[in-house]
Amino acid sequence: MALMEIKNWKISGIATAVPSNIVENSGYNSLSAIEKKLLVKTTGIERKHVAEKTQTTSDFCEVAANKLLDKLSWNREDVDLVVFVSQSPDYYLPATAIILQNKLNLSSNCLAFDVGLGCSGYVYGLSIVASMISAGHLKKALLLVGDVSSSTVSSSDKSTYPLFGDAGTATAIEFSENSSGQFNMMSDGAGYETIIIRDGGIRNKVSKESFDLKKIGDGISRCALDLELDGLEVYNFSVTKVPPLIKVLLEKTNTIPEDYNYFVMHQANRLMNETIRKKLKFTEEQSPYSLKNYGNTSSASIPLTICSELSGKIETENQKVLLSGFGVGLSWGAVTLNLDKITCLPIIEV
Amino acid sequence: MEIEVFLGKIKAEFNEDYDIGDLGLDDNIKKMDWWSSMHALVIIALIDTEYDVMLEPSQMKSANTVRELFTVVNNIKV
Repeated sequence: MALMEIKNWKISGIATAVPSNIVENSGYNSLSAIEKKLLVKTTGIERKHVAEKTQTTSDFCEVAANKLLDKLSWNREDVDLVVFVSQSPDYYLPATAIILQNKLNLSSNCLAFDVGLGCSGYVYGLSIVASMISAGHLKKALLLVGDVSSSTVSSSDKSTYPLFGDAGTATAIEFSENSSGQFNMMSDGAGYETIIIRDGGIRNKVSKESFDLKKIGDGISRCALDLELDGLEVYNFSVTKVPPLIKVLLEKTNTIPEDYNYFVMHQANRLMNETIRKKLKFTEEQSPYSLKNYGNTSSASIPLTICSELSGKIETENQKVLLSGFGVGLSWGAVTLNLDKITCLPIIEV
Repeated sequence: MEIEVFLGKIKAEFNEDYDIGDLGLDDNIKKMDWWSSMHALVIIALIDTEYDVMLEPSQMKSANTVRELFTVVNNIKV
């Protein structure tokens, strides 16, 4: 268990950009009327924002970062580090973070690299950036996190298509004495097939067969380049692994749920998140959701939920929050920190 | 833990939203015309909440009737 306190850093601002194109699940014809009702009941997802074919994760992150840098009045020359966390990069290579360094007019003295993580990516990304900032040599950083998952799900797969929305986020992080965050993170590669795209990497290179649409079951057809998700395994993993990790973090920080203003979870599905919330004894008021209007936005879901549900609060008061991401990998983590009157922009539609 | 109460909880969970008809203990729930994979998730969550038992996905996949589900849960509880 990777339990650690990282000192001397703080979040100064968060921005989120989503596609303006909204897709309503009520119009998804692969689901029966009963399934549509059950979908909303179990997942909480009524609609999602879906990227146009030409829009990538980095496009949304770029918009979010530009708006955030302007709002914070940061001098772009002063940004020392850019980390892009995503499972939908622009290219196989080079790293998308380096392309963004140029597009954002940041200095070439800036470190830039990618991290390939999904649902846990925001917490992991924070830990990486915080660690690098903590030493004091780097003063300002951008954590750019997001996914265009719609490009990786089959529209003929009712087990994935209605769930995923697209978003890109930017989080401004800077050196700050007397601020810190406590992290706890874990991984389990034994579950690597639970959420997977089988072809397209070096293990299974793209071939003609990769594009063959296969009928897996009623309303579920996909090819080997499409995302595959075992819902029962994900549920089992999430509700058995996440609460213990958070309980250890609470013990380590000598805190209890009542000490937190908000518990912001990765927005996976409402039924699963509610089970986790109840196991940990956080209240409904402490646990915001953005699922209804944005769906599961993978790595972007935590910052998106902060922007959509908490912006008023965190801009005016210090809020103690516990953030937790969990999913593909399998990978899961949590962090406790203070969001002290940070800049939080309203959701930007592109 | 009584099997009829168990059945009642499952029926109540689904009947909230639509009519699932007269579900019996030995009916194959996965062959019902209303069944979908999302129902499996709802049943797992219900059992977790009501009985503090987390079914493994394989246990959910292998149980086809309410009686079989009850047996699995009961065995874990014991």
